[in-house]
Amino acid sequence: MTIERTDIEKLAELARIELNEATIAETTQSIADVLALVDQLQAADTEGVEPMAHPTDAVQRLRADEVTETNHREAFQAIAPATEAGLYLVPKVID
Amino acid sequence: MEWETVIGLEVHAQLATKSKIFSGSSTAFGSEPNTQASALDLAMPGTLPVPNEQAYRYAIMFGLAIDADIAKTSVFERKNYFYPDLPKAYQTTQLEKPIVGAGHVEIELADGTKKSIRIHHAHLEEDAGKSLHEDFHGMSGIDLNRAGTPLVEIVSEPDIRNAEEAVAFAKKLHSIVTSLGICDGEMSQGSMRFDVNISVRRPGEEFGTRTETKNLNSFRFMEDCIALEVERQIDLIEDGGKVVQETRLYNGDTKQARSMRSKEEANDYRYFPCPDLLPVVLDNDYIESIRQTLPELPDARHDRFMEQYGLSSYDANILSGDANMAQFFETAAKASGDTKLTANWIMGELSARLNAEDQSIKHSPVNAEQLAGMITRLVDGTISSKMAKQVFEAMWNGDGNADEIIEAKGLKQVSDSGAIEAMVDEVIANSDKQVDNYRNADESKRPKMLGYFVGQIMKASKGQANPQQVNEILLKKLNDLI
Repeated sequence: MTIERTDIEKLAELARIELNEATIAETTQSIADVLALVDQLQAADTEGVEPMAHPTDAVQRLRADEVTETNHREAFQAIAPATEAGLYLVPKVID
Repeated sequence: MEWETVIGLEVHAQLATKSKIFSGSSTAFGSEPNTQASALDLAMPGTLPVPNEQAYRYAIMFGLAIDADIAKTSVFERKNYFYPDLPKAYQTTQLEKPIVGAGHVEIELADGTKKSIRIHHAHLEEDAGKSLHEDFHGMSGIDLNRAGTPLVEIVSEPDIRNAEEAVAFAKKLHSIVTSLGICDGEMSQGSMRFDVNISVRRPGEEFGTRTETKNLNSFRFMEDCIALEVERQIDLIEDGGKVVQETRLYNGDTKQARSMRSKEEANDYRYFPCPDLLPVVLDNDYIESIRQTLPELPDARHDRFMEQYGLSSYDANILSGDANMAQFFETAAKASGDTKLTANWIMGELSARLNAEDQSIKHSPVNAEQLAGMITRLVDGTISSKMAKQVFEAMWNGDGNADEIIEAKGLKQVSDSGAIEAMVDEVIANSDKQVDNYRNADESKRPKMLGYFVGQIMKASKGQANPQQVNEILLKKLNDLI
């Protein structure tokens, strides 16, 4: 699998990361190197092997449906850049 | 030339758990902003999600109710996108291994036709917070109380062919989840939201390009929105244009829709299994133990209502569809002892008032006991149907129970035949001209002439005479004069 500069640009946009010219070239190269390793792994015969969703062979524990959290709004909002009327304020977003 | 509409629905139902899907925050509706948003809900570093067993149980109940396979192993994935009401910048959801597999839901249309709508799958996921776009100095306000509320998303196959089927399907799902008690079904609070995928094609051809209208929260809006979008797509194609795959927003108040974003610039969600959550593995015994807890489902209740109360299929459908409606009907019918009259009042006056005020039966100002109390007085002849309307109106306005209102307003119907006879005699004695006309009229014309007398008698009794008795006594006395 090959990766192009345009793929990196698109991923950067989706991840809301701003990359400058030098970094785009560098990132394209690093990811291409990683994908080369993946290509080697692809050579392994996985016929009949169930894909895993998680590297550890463990099972998720579930919790009982109980309200255990209390209100800590004051503490959380003390470190927020902008709040008003109990709301977090963010740059205006409308689809 | 003919067009065929193809519709598929994605339905989000909030699960009625006390706490969130991955945190111990409360899911109660209507609290002060951000007072139910914990460190995990805010996506603070160092927090780890732990799934709520009750959310799983509810999703499995839904799966069993639609005859679907329940996944022994299900996996949570991350759906990545940026929006301020999603603090983690991904939604934890299920894609490859959802908890509920393929199933089906039966619907019945107004003409009695039955149809099976296939369910592709249903999965568990977390709800997002709410963005408020009122003006906060040019900024948006974010309330994360809803973030992390468990949802089951139900995805249908494109088996629906028109708005009527879509609404019947949506109502059936509403009926199933409320009957199971896994969702409160309060559409006005966003407890159930519908995304509608719509395309048109010539019959027999491949599917056309579809659009998706998101977040409809009323059956009426859904019906209107489908009609509007189908017309738009047909006009577009017939004028030589092409439908663009896009997400649309429908405003139910202005009855207008607009494009939200086209697929070209749409998000690429880059799903991958969530590393913070292990696969959930369930065994057969666990799933079977949940099957044992399933309550009566809408189809079974529909058949029971026909059998037990002698209702038509159509009436049984209306009364059994909504779990709260069904409970209201059964309570009122038992208390009043008159099933038919109870059914008529619920489907007539009560439903009309609830619809007019966009209110669900759960919050009806007149409760089942009150309605039954009024019907009891109607049956025993204390009040006439006309008076019952007045009593109902007063109960709706919170003036108390039927008996209190009848007493306070002096609405008692006069059924004392002696008193009615006296009134009839008086009216006849004072209506020489009308009596003469009646006597001389052709027999076929006479029934129409009774109206005058009845009107005078009702007026004399201040509307309280039992109309049936008035008619009987009047007719007898007039005929005696001929």
